[in-house]
Amino acid sequence: MSKSFKAVNVKTPSIDGKGIMMGRPAFTDDLALKDSLIIKVLRSPHAFAKIVSIDTKKAEELAGVEIVLTHKDFKRNAYTRAGQGYPEPSPHDKFPLDEYVRYVGDEVAAVAAVDEATALEALSLIEVEYEKLTPVLDFEQAKGHESIIHPEEDIYEMFPIGFDPKKNVAAAYSMEVGDVERTLKESDVVVEESFYTQAQAHVMLEPHTVNAHIDYQDRLVLYSATQTPFHVRRILSQTLEIPLSKIRVIKPRVGGGFGGKQAIHGEMLAAAITKRTGKPSKLTYTRKEVFESSCTRHPMRLDMKIGATKDGKITGIDCYGLSDTGAYGEHALTVFMVTGSKVLPLYNKVDSVRFHGDVVYTNTVSSGAFRGYGAIQGNYALESIVDMLAEKLGMDPMELRQKNMILENETSPIFEIMGEGTEGTAMNMDSCKLDYCVKRGMELIDYKNKYPKRKVSDHKVRSIGGAIAMQGSGIPYIDMGAAILKLNDDGFYNLMVGATEIGQGSDTILAQIAAEQLGVDVSKVIVYSSDTDLTPFDPGAYASSTTYVSGNAVLKAAKEMRSMVIAEAARSLEVDIERIEFDGEVFRVKGEDDKITLSDLSNRLYYNEDQKQLVATGSYYGTKSPPPFMAGFVEVEVDLETGEYDVLDYVSVVDCGTTINPELARGQVEGGIVQGLGMAVTEDVHYAKNGKLITSDMLNYKIPTNLTLKKLTTEFADSYEESGPYGAKSVGEIGIDTPPAAIANAIYNATGVRIKTLPVTSEKILKRLKDKEI
Amino acid sequence: MKVNATINGMKRVLDVQPDEYLVDTLRRYNYLSVRRGCDTTSCGVCTILVDDQPVPSCAYLSVRADGKTITTVEGIPKHAEKLSEHFGETGADQCGFCNSGIALSVYALQKSGKGITDETLRHYLVGHLCRCTGYQAQHQAIKKYLGDSDE
Ligand code: FES
Ligand code: FES
Repeated sequence: MSKSFKAVNVKTPSIDGKGIMMGRPAFTDDLALKDSLIIKVLRSPHAFAKIVSIDTKKAEELAGVEIVLTHKDFKRNAYTRAGQGYPEPSPHDKFPLDEYVRYVGDEVAAVAAVDEATALEALSLIEVEYEKLTPVLDFEQAKGHESIIHPEEDIYEMFPIGFDPKKNVAAAYSMEVGDVERTLKESDVVVEESFYTQAQAHVMLEPHTVNAHIDYQDRLVLYSATQTPFHVRRILSQTLEIPLSKIRVIKPRVGGGFGGKQAIHGEMLAAAITKRTGKPSKLTYTRKEVFESSCTRHPMRLDMKIGATKDGKITGIDCYGLSDTGAYGEHALTVFMVTGSKVLPLYNKVDSVRFHGDVVYTNTVSSGAFRGYGAIQGNYALESIVDMLAEKLGMDPMELRQKNMILENETSPIFEIMGEGTEGTAMNMDSCKLDYCVKRGMELIDYKNKYPKRKVSDHKVRSIGGAIAMQGSGIPYIDMGAAILKLNDDGFYNLMVGATEIGQGSDTILAQIAAEQLGVDVSKVIVYSSDTDLTPFDPGAYASSTTYVSGNAVLKAAKEMRSMVIAEAARSLEVDIERIEFDGEVFRVKGEDDKITLSDLSNRLYYNEDQKQLVATGSYYGTKSPPPFMAGFVEVEVDLETGEYDVLDYVSVVDCGTTINPELARGQVEGGIVQGLGMAVTEDVHYAKNGKLITSDMLNYKIPTNLTLKKLTTEFADSYEESGPYGAKSVGEIGIDTPPAAIANAIYNATGVRIKTLPVTSEKILKRLKDKEI
Repeated sequence: MKVNATINGMKRVLDVQPDEYLVDTLRRYNYLSVRRGCDTTSCGVCTILVDDQPVPSCAYLSVRADGKTITTVEGIPKHAEKLSEHFGETGADQCGFCNSGIALSVYALQKSGKGITDETLRHYLVGHLCRCTGYQAQHQAIKKYLGDSDE
């Protein structure tokens, strides 16, 4: 199965780590023009209100203030910040600035001034009169609530997504295979439970940052910490009515995204301000703004029913979901669909399966894309209830999974029914090593000896919990990635990709893919990403698409470049192409001594004979989305007197096909695991009664630290996906999915208490333990 | 106000506001490796060395820097480069927004000559948040780096 490679699947340090560690200017704010106007945003103190009047006169008169913008300054062009392909599956329900404010932190006005102090003072001089409206803060009360969050008439869906704003519904979805109610009625055993997930925050360490200026060709140039530079350009153009050709978006080094930078944030205001003033401007969110005014994971309630025969064949799964998209509907439908489509196929042998529900608006921080993208919510619910079912059946939960889970060469009808916002694509699991992942994971965690629990002192127990997961690799038939390879004199290459390096290592792995095909060292492939003027199109870094979609584009470009240089070598050596042997550095004529090096050939092409520039292009869109799979196991130590627990070890065994870069792939898995553990263990979200987010700084919102867990054990299955570049599938998201269920299962095994609302905090455990005693 | 400080071995006179924090002053003077990740002194991204001690520059008033020796990662290129090789080896590189601050703390630890164990390293680094790596690969790289440079 594994093949022998020279550049892929071998240890390769990231191509940019050194310069980043040494502190070289790289990130968006490092590259802002020195005299940029500083933009500050006035934000709503109310969860829901209408702006009755807004007076900016005093602010405008303050020395050093360049411009003040309110909703009166914008034409009403509804757009979505989601940062998706076009037409978007998210409703166009947002305006650059609006007369309504829909959550605490929503934008009211923007100021640009010579420095931050002046901009802040100007904000305090803006006089706003609000008419307070009744906010909808409880998402379970939102549908049909008398308070309508989006009463305006000029918002719309791009195609049918179940958009019904008069009922506070941003999107709705329903699908069924078989007759699930009948199946459950006829099942020997049925388990039913509801689960709640919270509005996890991304907390990428670089806040949302953008700067803008007009260049000497009179074009608007933005540097933005974005995952989707091409979508940003399109959305700015459509909304601000600036021709697409007049905008250039450059994505420099990005300090983490995790989905949070898929959406548009400061770009709209910075573009509008620089366009109007002709002056450079910049906007960096404060950390509080990142928490309060960007986006979060969609909180959900998932009502699960699962049935089985006595001997443990899962017969049917029914999932009703209610998802909270907050004030705006970014990713409302697609995250919701993924909650079903990238979770339910795990148990593909059921007779019936149903997934349905609504995505509702509330007057809280908007929800959006976040690594895992619905799958983590669905995984927590499904993999919790599978453990509950196993207990009811008197069966080992891993045995139950092994008996029912999807295997290689199998399929699920769900793949064809559910896509992302549209219908899906039928596909077979050509590569699926989930069975190996489970078996190997059980060995690594020592399941045989440690499951379900062991007492380690009179009040402490250690226990094990597990879960399995799948994700996808890009969005088939929708998202296209492209690459350009250019040969230089002396025989090295430039690789220009629209694919968006955001810290996940895509520049490095795409260089490796090109180097493998071209037969050169990675150092001979110079990568540049991404710039809407200079690099070819790419949707951006989301939907686990870069390795698979953009990687395939790079591979195609490299194949074409390889044939081009061979053709040129044949011309220069005056033989037929078929007679050329090429190892990446030297062209030889079969059976003869004649040869020419790539370096000499390149110099000849540029300076001496048959002069020409060699450029190869490749583009690719998926016709399927082969899922990576994994099994995750956690060992915890729980103090039964306090409910406190430590995470001792997290074992992950992952099938992502070939790991293009094994160390960076491990980094993706481990980073995902620890973010998932954050959601499972520490990242609690609280709102005040008036709808203000309380957990809006890093003191109150606790992401994992150096001390959070003791050990990560990560392995990869030997797997090869024929349709992927050199056998690769995606690996960016799969790591995040299992921790919530694995933790909840482990805590149950230790304490007999099942936590059905994330995160699994010691307070909740203790309270339930106390309730049990009574 | 004028502040006299030695930055990365060079004597500088900085013009600062009384309420300005060093992270902002340093960025203004083009020490762009010093970056801001939060507004509550929680993340460690802005770490610099003041007289060889790691300090969050977002909580250090610039006026206090008068007469002090300031080190940013630009001032320890050899050490940063060596550490980055170990990060490359263990796959600890991701976005790198946290890296420069970590490099300075690790350099201070190395200079202090204190021995470390797994446990003490975790505690030592607890002020440095990283949202990308899950920490373990960073620990592995730092231990190798410290082991290497002992020799
Ligand atoms: S910027 Fe976060 S600690 Fe200084
Ligand atoms: S590498 Fe991104 S925050 Fe540490």
